[in-house]
Amino acid sequence: MILHQLIDFELLRLIWWLLLGVLLIGFALTDGFDLGVGTLLPFVAKTDSERRVVINTVGPVWEGNQVWFILGGGAIFAAWPPLYAVSFSGFYLAMFLILAALILRPVGFKYRSKRDSYAWRNGWDWALFVGGAVPALLFGVAVGNVLLGVPFRLTENLFSLYEGTFFQLLHPFALLAGVVSLAMLIAHGAAWLTVKADAPAVVERARRFGITAGLLAMGGYALAGLWLAFGIDGFALVGPVITDGPSNPLLSEVTRGGSWLAAYSERPWIVIAPIMGFVGIGLAVRGLARGGEVSALLWSKLGITGVISSVGLTMFPFILPSSIDPRSSLTVWDASSSHLTLFVMLVSTVIFMPLILIYTAWVYKVLWGKVGEDELNSNKNAY
Amino acid sequence: MEFGIVELSRLQFALTAMYHFLFVPLTLGLSVLIAIMETVYVMTGRLIWRQMTKFWGTLFGINFVLGVATGITMEFQFGMNWSYYSHYVGDIFGAPLAIEGLMAFFLEATFVGLWFFGWDKLSKVAHMIVGWLVAIGSNFSALWILIANGWMQNPVGAHFNPMTMRMEMTSFFEVMFNEVAQAKFVHTVSAGYVTAAIFVLGVSAWFLLKDRHVELARRSIAVASSFGLAAALSVVVLGDESGYSATHTQRMKLAAMEGMWNTEPAPAAFTVIGLPDQAARETHYALHVPHVMGLIATRSLTREIPGINDLVIESEERVRSGIIAYDALMTIRAEREDTPQEVLDTFEEHGNDLGYAFLLMRYLDDPRDASEEQILMAANDTVPMVWPLFWAFRIMVGLGFAFIGVMAYFFVVTNFAGGRYPRWALRAAVAIIPTPWIAAEMGWFVAEYGRQPWTVDGILPTAMSVSHLSITSVALTLAGFIVFYTILFIVEVALLLKYIRKGPEQDVEETEEWMARHEHRLRTHDGKGPFAPPAE
Repeated sequence: MILHQLIDFELLRLIWWLLLGVLLIGFALTDGFDLGVGTLLPFVAKTDSERRVVINTVGPVWEGNQVWFILGGGAIFAAWPPLYAVSFSGFYLAMFLILAALILRPVGFKYRSKRDSYAWRNGWDWALFVGGAVPALLFGVAVGNVLLGVPFRLTENLFSLYEGTFFQLLHPFALLAGVVSLAMLIAHGAAWLTVKADAPAVVERARRFGITAGLLAMGGYALAGLWLAFGIDGFALVGPVITDGPSNPLLSEVTRGGSWLAAYSERPWIVIAPIMGFVGIGLAVRGLARGGEVSALLWSKLGITGVISSVGLTMFPFILPSSIDPRSSLTVWDASSSHLTLFVMLVSTVIFMPLILIYTAWVYKVLWGKVGEDELNSNKNAY
Repeated sequence: MEFGIVELSRLQFALTAMYHFLFVPLTLGLSVLIAIMETVYVMTGRLIWRQMTKFWGTLFGINFVLGVATGITMEFQFGMNWSYYSHYVGDIFGAPLAIEGLMAFFLEATFVGLWFFGWDKLSKVAHMIVGWLVAIGSNFSALWILIANGWMQNPVGAHFNPMTMRMEMTSFFEVMFNEVAQAKFVHTVSAGYVTAAIFVLGVSAWFLLKDRHVELARRSIAVASSFGLAAALSVVVLGDESGYSATHTQRMKLAAMEGMWNTEPAPAAFTVIGLPDQAARETHYALHVPHVMGLIATRSLTREIPGINDLVIESEERVRSGIIAYDALMTIRAEREDTPQEVLDTFEEHGNDLGYAFLLMRYLDDPRDASEEQILMAANDTVPMVWPLFWAFRIMVGLGFAFIGVMAYFFVVTNFAGGRYPRWALRAAVAIIPTPWIAAEMGWFVAEYGRQPWTVDGILPTAMSVSHLSITSVALTLAGFIVFYTILFIVEVALLLKYIRKGPEQDVEETEEWMARHEHRLRTHDGKGPFAPPAE
C-alpha cells in the first residue's frame, strides 16, 4: 500500500498528537460530568428519590460516555504503542485502582435499583461515589506525574523498566494536579445537575458544591502554574530534531533543565489555553452563582478544554518524559506507530468520528429535558 | 509450576479474559434475539411480543453491564501486564482494538441507554432500529476483537523493523481479512447465539414446568429453537473451518489438540479418545477412527499432517536460524545506516525466525551463546502441554454436536408436534443452561493455551512479553480481581435469578399502563406520528 505516503509521517504524528488531545478532552467533557455527578451523589441528594433523580440524569448516557475512555486506551495503543506500554505498566497499581473504580460504576448504576433495601442502595451509592471520585483524582495525579517526569528507562531492546513505587506517585505536585482534576469535574457535574435535575433541593446543593469546587479548581490551577514556573525542571530535545525518523526514543538526545514554561516564550500563542481554562471555569462559577444552568455547563466545557490543552501544549513535543534517564523520554517524534498504521487509523477516525458525534448528539437530543420523580415512576427501566 | 511473574501474569490474563467471556456470548446472542422479538412486535403489533422484548431485555441489561465493566480491564491489561508485547506488536494489534471502539463499541454503548430509556421517547420503528443498532454494535465489536486475536494466531501483513525493534504493519488489508480471524469471528458469534438460545430455551422451559407465563414461554422457545438450530450448525461448520486453517497456520496447535505425536501416512486417523502422555510422547489407550482426521484437517486423501515430533525437529532448525538473525540484528542496530549489505541480506533471509531465538532468552541473556542442549530445550518448548488441549477440545466438540441435537429436537416439537414438550425434555432444557458457557470457555482455552509458548505465533514468546513488575504487585492485583470478580458474579447471578423468578409480570403491567397513557395521548394528539398506538 502506498496510499499512506499521501500524508507525511511528520504531519500524521502531529495529527495523532492532536487527536490524543481530542480524545482526552472528549472523555473529560462527557464522562467527566458522570464522574462529577457520582462524586456529588451522596452529598447533594439525601433521600432515595433525590438520589434516583441524580443517578438518572446520567442514567441513559454514561455507557456511551465511558466509551471515550475505552477508545482513549485503544487509540493510545494503536497510535502511541510505547506510551501505552510504558505508562500503564509503570502506573500499574494506580491503573488497577482506576479500573476497579470504573468497574464499580456501571454495576452500581445498573444494580442499585434492582432491590428495595436501604443498605443495598446506600452501599451502591458509596460505590458510585468511589467510582466517580477515585478516577477523577487519579487522572489528575497521573498528569501531575507526567509533568514531573516518570522514573522509567528503556533498555536497548526497548524493554521498559519502571523504577518508582506506587507511593512515589503521590508527590505533592501530583496531588495538587489530582485536586484540580477532581474539583474541575465536580464543578462540571454540578453544572450538569443544574441543567438536568428536576429537584430544587438537589439543584440548590449542587450549585453550592459546584461554586466551591470551581473556585478550588481555579486556585489549584494557578498554584500549579506557579509551581511549574519556579519549582519543576522541564525537558528539551538536544540537537537537530528529526520529525519523520523511526519510532525509537533512544535515537534522540534529551536534556533536563530550564522550565516547562519556556514553551510560552517560544510559542506565545499557546497562552490561549490557560486563558480559556481560567475564563471558562470562572464564568461557569458565575453561571452557577446566578443559577444560570445551560451557560454554566457550556462554560465549564470550555474551561476543561483549556486546562487539558494547556498541559499538552506546554509539554510539546514531549508526551512522557523520563525523570531518571531523559534519553528514554517519549516524544511526538519518536513514540508513534508506523506511518501506515497512523494513516489507517486516521482514515478510520475520519469515517467514524463524525458518525459518532452525530448519533451521540441525536441521542442527547431525544433524551433532552429534565429528569424528575414523575418520569422515574413511569419508566420501569429507570435506575 | 514455579510461580514467577510470567505465570502470575498469564493466570491473571486468563482469569480476567475468561471471566469477561462469561458475559459476552449472552450479550452477542441475546441482543439479536431481542431485536428479532421487537421486530415481530413492530410488524404484528401483538403486545405479547412487546412483553417478551422487555422481559428478556431486563435480563440482557443485567448481563450487559458486567460485560462492559469487565471489558474495561481487557482494554488496559495489555499495557499493564504485557508491556513488551504492547511495544512489540502494538503497531498492528492496537489498530483493531481502537477501530472496535470507534466503529462498534460506541454504537452499542450509546444506543443501549436509549433502548432502555427511550420506550416513551421514540416511535415503535425507531425504537426497534435502536435495538438492532445495539445488536450490530456488539457483533461488530466481536469482529474487531477477533481480528486482533486472529493476528496473534496467524501474524500476517506485518514485518520486523530493526530500527524500532518491533513488528510493523505492512498491509492492513491482510490483517483484516486474515483467514483465521474471519473463521473465528463467525464461529465465536455463532457460539454466542447458541448460548443465548439455550438460555432463553432453558428459562422458558422452567416457566412451562411451573405453568407460568405459558404464552411468553412458548413463543420464546419457538424463536430460540429456530435461531439456535441455525447457530448451532454454523458453530460446528465454522469450527471445522478454523481447524482447516490451522493445518497451514498453526500446525503445532493442531497436532497437540489431536495428541498426534508422529506424522502418519495420509489420510491420518482421528483419535476419538485416549490418554496423552507428554513424557513418553505417546497417547495411551487411543481409540482411532481411520482416515477421518486427514479428511477433516486437509480435505484431501493425500496430504500429510505433521506430528509433534517432526514439528520439534523443524523448530530446532528455526532456533538455529533465529540465532543467525539475532546476530545480524545486533550488527544492524550497532551500525545503523552503515550496516554492510551482506548483513542486511542475512537478516532478510533469517529474520522470520528471530522469534525462535527469543525462546532461548528464558535460559540465557544472549541467544548467540546458546549451547546445543539449550537449543534443544528451546525447540522442545514449542510443544504446548498436550492433555489439557486434547480434553478441552473434545469437551467443546462434544457439546457443540449436542447443541445441534437439542435445538433440532425443540425445533421439531415446536413446529411439527404442536409444541407438546414432554416434561423430561423441559427439565433437561433447564439443566443444560450452563453448558454453552463451558463449551465457549473450552474453545478459548484451546485457542489461547494451544498457542503457547507464544503470545504471537512464531514471533514473540510469552515469557518475553511481560512487564517489568514486582511479584507482589501482580499477586496483589490478581487477588484483587479474584475477590472483586467473585462478588460481582454472585451479585449478578442472584439478580438474574430474582428477575427470572419474578417473570414478566412487571412488563405486562407496564405494557398496560403504557397503553393507558397512549390513550390519553391519543385524545390530545391526532393519533398519528410517533405516539401512534400499537395495532392491537
